[in-house]
Amino acid sequence: MATLPKFLSSRLILGYLAWWIVLTIIQAYAITDAFHFTWEVALLDSGCIIFLAAISGQIMHNTVRYYQPSIKRSFHMIIWGIALAVLCVVGHRFIMTNYLIPDDSAYLTYLAGSYIFRGVFTWIMISMMGTISWVWFYFQDQRARESYEQDVAKLAREAELTTLRQQLQPHFLFNSLNSISALAGTRPEEARKMIQQLSDFLRGTIKRDNQQLVTLEEELRHLQLYLDIEKVRFGHRMKTEIEKDEASLTMVLPSLLLQPIVENAIKFGLYDTTGEITIRVTARAVENNLKVTVENPFDAETTQPRQGVGFGLAGIQRRLYLLYARNHLLTTRQLENQIFITEVTIPQT
Amino acid sequence: MIRTILIDDEPLARSITREYLQGYPDIEIVQECNDGFEGVKAISQHKPDLIFLDIQMPKINGFEMLELIDTPPAVIFTTAFDEYAMKAFEAHAIDYLLKPFSKDRFDKAMQKWKQQKQSASEPVKILSEEIRQPEERNRIVVKEGSNIRIIPVHEIQYIEAYDDYVKIFTLKEMFLKKKTMGFYEQSLNADQFVRVHRSYIIQLSQLTRIEPLEKDTHIALLKTGAKIPLSKTGYAKLKTVLGL
Repeated sequence: MATLPKFLSSRLILGYLAWWIVLTIIQAYAITDAFHFTWEVALLDSGCIIFLAAISGQIMHNTVRYYQPSIKRSFHMIIWGIALAVLCVVGHRFIMTNYLIPDDSAYLTYLAGSYIFRGVFTWIMISMMGTISWVWFYFQDQRARESYEQDVAKLAREAELTTLRQQLQPHFLFNSLNSISALAGTRPEEARKMIQQLSDFLRGTIKRDNQQLVTLEEELRHLQLYLDIEKVRFGHRMKTEIEKDEASLTMVLPSLLLQPIVENAIKFGLYDTTGEITIRVTARAVENNLKVTVENPFDAETTQPRQGVGFGLAGIQRRLYLLYARNHLLTTRQLENQIFITEVTIPQT
Repeated sequence: MIRTILIDDEPLARSITREYLQGYPDIEIVQECNDGFEGVKAISQHKPDLIFLDIQMPKINGFEMLELIDTPPAVIFTTAFDEYAMKAFEAHAIDYLLKPFSKDRFDKAMQKWKQQKQSASEPVKILSEEIRQPEERNRIVVKEGSNIRIIPVHEIQYIEAYDDYVKIFTLKEMFLKKKTMGFYEQSLNADQFVRVHRSYIIQLSQLTRIEPLEKDTHIALLKTGAKIPLSKTGYAKLKTVLGL
């Protein structure tokens, strides 16, 4: 709940007090005028009931602060208002007869004759307070929600930019362009083909929405473009294998999720060993989940035992958490100190 | 004949340099290497005048490879790193070519090299620690005879100064490397390694006890039983790091 600025809140309290005082005076005037009581009696009578009504109004205000019923449930508030009004009337009678004006028979007659009127009046006052409070808190909530939504939108935009930046690693781009430059001299047909592949890959990366879910089939097609480019660069020592079962192909996953994972595996595999490597991607449908594993070789002797999932994967883990509000959707493990396995689990709804 | 070696893990990247070198009939490519290991061997075998060196390569990167060579030849880096990163050691390499580079840019680098060849060439030095690759904080590359060993830093007990070299003590072995104590004090992670003496850097996780030796002097006991003298400032530094 947003707090009010100090000056506003103290002005509000002053205005609130003034409103009750004015009300007390008007009511006292009405009583002297209609029933010819002294000003003293009239002020005591009206001051007492208005004071009780003010307290009840405050109670109502605080009730609404923590419980804002829908229109359908508004009878809760009406009943609560009636209960408070009854309490006010009973309390008023008790205070007046016992403490303030115990033995004025004319006043007692007046008191006995005005229960209904007093009750209805108090109830209207309390309900008014309740309604004003309800509107007040409603708008405050609205404002809080708006700023929350703005924050969420901002975060989403930033995330999108980050993924873009991750996808379009300048290193990858420049090395690919360098390969094209090399091919252009001796094998122009292959150079042209690689330009095509790189363009398709970039287009696929740029136009896709970060939040969008795509089928595994579509995601694998995008991944294949990436792998084809990497094979031009590293085909002499890198093999790739993609296995998938039939049921997994129609399952969905956040778009552009697999490529950074595979990129991480390739980097890890290529730069941690000098021999030939195989990058294996396996997709399976397991109950109501899509499970994709990416395997790459590594050298246990020279690689530090890794804490957590490593920097390259932390962003993907975060993204999965934001999308599915679940931890452990991305896990890593090592097989016989030779193979590093990254596994993602995508719940299907 | 001028002898050169191309070191790059991408065959296509080497082919472009090879193609550009066709315009230099006085230069002979004596070998092409896929990684730093092959590079170290080829350089000690052929003693080339000039090498073309990539930075990001398997196992050890281009900088680490140069560290393993006692008298490195002239170097032209060929890399996809950005200009900013490469500026840091521009002064000491002949030139750096940012991939993809044109024939014109290549020719300019060669011209630079020919000019510098006239004057006495200086070995490549890496000027700034900033451009060191993150993996270099986690490992130290050493030469052991003709073998290259990669030591993960978590296996290091302590490092001891030894003339122009340092002795790197792992749990089981000792390696020599031509580096300064100051270099390792800077490049190793300060949460993990503390320079406790002019001649010693220890790994904190190896420390078991600190004992007084004489009045005002202390020694550190490591898990392996090694005893390391602490200087006054080293003792104070150790106490702050350990939060005593």
